[in-house]
Amino acid sequence: MTFYDQISEVNWTQLGDSIYSKTTADVKGALEKEQCDLEDFKALISPAAEPFLELIAKKSHLKTQKRFGKTIQLYIPLYLSNECQNICTYCGFSMDVKIPRKTLLDHEIIEEAKIIKEMGYDHVLLVTGEANKSVGLDYFKNAIRLLKPYFSNIALEVQPMEQRDYEELIAEGLNTVLVYQETYNKTNYKIHHPKGKKSNYKYRVETQDRLGQAKIHKMGLGVLIGLEDWRIDSVCNAMHLQYLEKWYWESKFTVSFPRLRPCAGGVQLKSPISDRQLVQLICAYRLLNEELELSMSTRESALFRDNIIKLGITSISADSKTDPGGYANPKQNLEQFEIDDSRSTEEFIAVIKRKGYDPVFKDWDMSLQ
Amino acid sequence: MRHLRIANVEFSSRLFTGTGKFSANDVMEKALLTSGSELVTVALKRVDLQTDSDDILRHLNHAQFNLLPNTSGVRTAKEAIFAAELAREALETNWLKLEIHPDPKYLMPDPIETLKAATELVKKGFVVLPYVHADPVLCKRLEDIGTAAVMPLGSPIGSNKGLRTKDFLEIIIDQSNVPVIVDAGIGAPSHAAMAMEMGADAVLVNTAIAVADDPVNMALAFKMAVEAGRIAFESKLGKTLSEAEASSPLTAFLD
Repeated sequence: MTFYDQISEVNWTQLGDSIYSKTTADVKGALEKEQCDLEDFKALISPAAEPFLELIAKKSHLKTQKRFGKTIQLYIPLYLSNECQNICTYCGFSMDVKIPRKTLLDHEIIEEAKIIKEMGYDHVLLVTGEANKSVGLDYFKNAIRLLKPYFSNIALEVQPMEQRDYEELIAEGLNTVLVYQETYNKTNYKIHHPKGKKSNYKYRVETQDRLGQAKIHKMGLGVLIGLEDWRIDSVCNAMHLQYLEKWYWESKFTVSFPRLRPCAGGVQLKSPISDRQLVQLICAYRLLNEELELSMSTRESALFRDNIIKLGITSISADSKTDPGGYANPKQNLEQFEIDDSRSTEEFIAVIKRKGYDPVFKDWDMSLQ
Repeated sequence: MRHLRIANVEFSSRLFTGTGKFSANDVMEKALLTSGSELVTVALKRVDLQTDSDDILRHLNHAQFNLLPNTSGVRTAKEAIFAAELAREALETNWLKLEIHPDPKYLMPDPIETLKAATELVKKGFVVLPYVHADPVLCKRLEDIGTAAVMPLGSPIGSNKGLRTKDFLEIIIDQSNVPVIVDAGIGAPSHAAMAMEMGADAVLVNTAIAVADDPVNMALAFKMAVEAGRIAFESKLGKTLSEAEASSPLTAFLD
């Protein structure tokens, strides 16, 4: 059995009804509980919970601080390649988007590594599009070998791979793999991903099962918020998380909240989420799961990021470039998406400290792999 | 208050502390100094062993503190042994808080891997303080293979729930020939005092101090609670009677 079997039984419309029919009483019930379940999560992200946002945020703040303390983990993305053979209607790397394509060579990877190491980062997230021939298992193995001397923690956000590939990469020093389902809506998934290996819904939704079998230390999941109804997608994502925690109890989990942003491709937002609703969603995850890592990128505005630190997010990037080679050579116009918060690492650290939090750069060691 | 002896070191403070979750390293330093703690545990994964100017270690550079490196993050005995050797070399101490939790959600210690690693590490000359469930048999097994103490949990790490394992801690304390340090779950000074009154040799506290609005004063509160609990234990607490004494004793006819 994989999660595909479970998600296949979900009726999208009925699931939506079970969220949108939640009442004030359901929300109050969820807020009174010490430990929320999936029904409470539905209530907490439903429109009925909107008037209770301050209360939800307070609970989330306390629970987060108890587990994670007054700390926030920092990481930085390192884009290795923007080559891609998928067509995704919303993505700036999509094959049909006319931008110059680039894959970093060894000396360019090291050049980028040295710069971000100098900026203070110790946890790095390697990002690519999907070009299996030129940027596949061997490329990643080589990249990890090159980067291992510089960083304590290496994460990947690339195409889904086979279990045996993950096992090889873990042996090289890979700690974390992030794969977002984008949407759990099987029918519309095909519309958003018309071409390329990514169009295979089943293979993608089973990725975390393969990662669990490979005994990855940490895996990440998430949906592209706005692509389909964000509430229904988030409940599916929460179900996925609960399934994974039960089966792969030796892995850690992290959830991210990418919101659709303007990019070179451009797509109509079906279900936009407001700032208030995004806070509601993040805090609802915390009330559902005290131990879950919640992560945020520089897609969000400075104002939003500064204030979300206290509310439930435990891992955050800063000072990021989303194009391959972007740290050494800024302004090449190869970005995957526009970042919103472009403040320097120093500026952002100062904000974290002013909020009474300790910016943590190192919380892993290659010797523990 | 009697001093506590573990391996060859005497401690006048029975409050051991952790270094995680503080809002800043200088806050941590102040709180730990105030706590009077003489044994502070540091996660190997948080320390930058490549530089000799790691910020956490710099703030712990006081004669008062003995460092207790911990293996937080490892999932197996093999990983723990490797991490222990690295810690011994880098931090120049053979003391080790052995923690192996393959479960990253509740951070439950693995009894099988812990016993395996402890056996190996004791042979390699480490002073091993293993973090374990409040499992009396496991604690005896660890004592048998030569750990310097045992560190059973009061409740899950970071939960602040107090001594949910009280009945088992009592058995461990009763049976143990090595110091018993109650670790994890101590969320309030009253929990620490209770552990000490029960006869625990020491407690280890982190979250409750680090996450308090005022960590320095909370450290002081824990210091006082641990001392109060210990002095009470040494002074022999009066027994609580479950019922009032019968006015006509049942065995009076024998007099």
